Amino acid sequence: MPLTSSKKRAYAVKTTVVYVLLVAGMIMVTLPFFWMVSTSFKARWAVFAYPVQWIPNPFVWQNYPQAFAALPIGRFMWNTCVIAFWRVIGVTLSSSMAAYAFARLEWRGREPLFLVVLATLMLPGQVTLIPEFIAFKLLGWLDTYLPLVVPAFLGGGAFDIFLLRQFFKTISRELDDAAKIDGCSRLAIYWRIILPLSKPALITVILFTFEGSWMDFFGPLIYLFSMDKFPISLGLRLFEQQRHTDWAQIMAVTNISIIPILVLYYYGQKYFVQGIVFTGVKG
Amino acid sequence: MADTVNPSAFEAATASRAGRNVGARKRKGFLSAEEVTAWLLVGPWVLGFLLLTLGPMLASMVLSFTDYPVLRPPTWVGLQNYATLLHDGLVGQSLKVTTIYAASAVPLGIASGFFVALLLNQPIKGRAFVRTVYYLPACVSGVAVALVWLMIFRDPDGLLNSLLRMVGIEGPNWLMERQAVLPAFVLMSLWGVGAGAIIYLAGLQGIPTELYEAAQIDGAGEWTRFRHVTLPMMSPILYFELVMGIMGALQTFSGPFIMTNGGPANASLFYMLHLYRNAFRYLRMGYGSALAWVLFWYIMALTLLVIRSSSLWVFYAGEGKSG
Repeated sequence: MPLTSSKKRAYAVKTTVVYVLLVAGMIMVTLPFFWMVSTSFKARWAVFAYPVQWIPNPFVWQNYPQAFAALPIGRFMWNTCVIAFWRVIGVTLSSSMAAYAFARLEWRGREPLFLVVLATLMLPGQVTLIPEFIAFKLLGWLDTYLPLVVPAFLGGGAFDIFLLRQFFKTISRELDDAAKIDGCSRLAIYWRIILPLSKPALITVILFTFEGSWMDFFGPLIYLFSMDKFPISLGLRLFEQQRHTDWAQIMAVTNISIIPILVLYYYGQKYFVQGIVFTGVKG
Repeated sequence: MADTVNPSAFEAATASRAGRNVGARKRKGFLSAEEVTAWLLVGPWVLGFLLLTLGPMLASMVLSFTDYPVLRPPTWVGLQNYATLLHDGLVGQSLKVTTIYAASAVPLGIASGFFVALLLNQPIKGRAFVRTVYYLPACVSGVAVALVWLMIFRDPDGLLNSLLRMVGIEGPNWLMERQAVLPAFVLMSLWGVGAGAIIYLAGLQGIPTELYEAAQIDGAGEWTRFRHVTLPMMSPILYFELVMGIMGALQTFSGPFIMTNGGPANASLFYMLHLYRNAFRYLRMGYGSALAWVLFWYIMALTLLVIRSSSLWVFYAGEGKSG
């Protein structure tokens, strides 16, 4: 069916409108990023100059080394990595173990317990906050990484279990049967067959755990007190409190703090999108 | 509670694959090797559930009937915390603030995320790139977001008001005026709609094209197709995002904590801020627990309200109209 010229024109108008709206939206989304980078290279007096100074003039790269000299930013980043590392290990291991049992094994209690997993998916965490704090205090764990790390080894998140279970279910059971004939135990099937075949789902879990751990603010805020143990989220806030007028340096540290996640997102975009879509569409 | 995530929907989809395994069912009465392995594997999660969810929930319920200033052991005070709570004007204020925020940020966020997804679903070039850009703000941590917007909202020389002045508008002092502070937080939350847009885009791309073709043959115009195909097919996803969005918005913390600390005059005293102060600043753990339970039931009540209303507007393909 050939398009009439008026239809063609309507189509062209529509396409143009779509592009214009999308580009306008992209400008609004990227503007704060642009502003963060631009500000971090500005002289102090130029940060709030009017008219707005888009390109830093003079260009002050020294904000970065000065910010690093003011507070142990490198230390904060390292601490964040340490916490994130152990959380990733804990969540990946314990949630994949549970997911395997829920997806592939036959046992009494499987269905009701899985309903409990799903229920915790919707549970707001505030009611457990205070008793957990008191328990960790009684254990003498305050101002250590244990309250942040140990829970990760106890099942990870309900979302992780759910995502991995759904993925494990798609792996052909014939592989299990073949392995069983070869004398493989169920634990060996989990470790040697299911895990290696589930790399995409595992990577998704690892990336989200790392990201969540990197961004966590409330946990470190209530459990950590010594500056030398701070992760970057607390470090950023401390930096802002100490130099609350020096926005160029604050933005320099902010930029440094988000770069690891941006890099992670750039390389792992496929897995991020899969994970986000999974939570939204399949959940 | 479990039915909030509607397990039946995906259970039905996966049930045919599950439960085919025979073996273990035969031997009742004692644990088979398979059952032992299973319990070993779910062990950490079960332990976590008992020690980090169920136990603390019960403990918190008990604590909410005590006075517990941490340094001294808890003393039983009955319903006193809940009575105090009724007279604590800041509870009402923080519930009001949090509710107004959730009631504006969540629907606006869903609507704009959905709108972006509809645009992205058009036949455009460079969709992957555009999608990446829209998702970027989700990579920025709450603290970093708060700091950036603290700078942008500054009055009179922050970026936002400088830009407004360029077009002749005198912007408010966003974070210092009682009328402007919540709109500022809503505006800030809209920066992150890209994550939702990715979800909606995936949903839109999952709608079978036959539905649109059939509608077109029946003479349905673009609006009718949107109204009677796109919206019903997307309603389960929108519904899920609404529930999760409300839960998230009611638990907002890091933004107001860093940017306004509840001010001006408690106009941005979000509920979690009030809870945090009582529990961890004033060390009123008993009262804090009561506050936590009030938030819990408030979230549950709102969620239930959405679930109840869902049968009116959520459409599940293949199930007819049902919640």
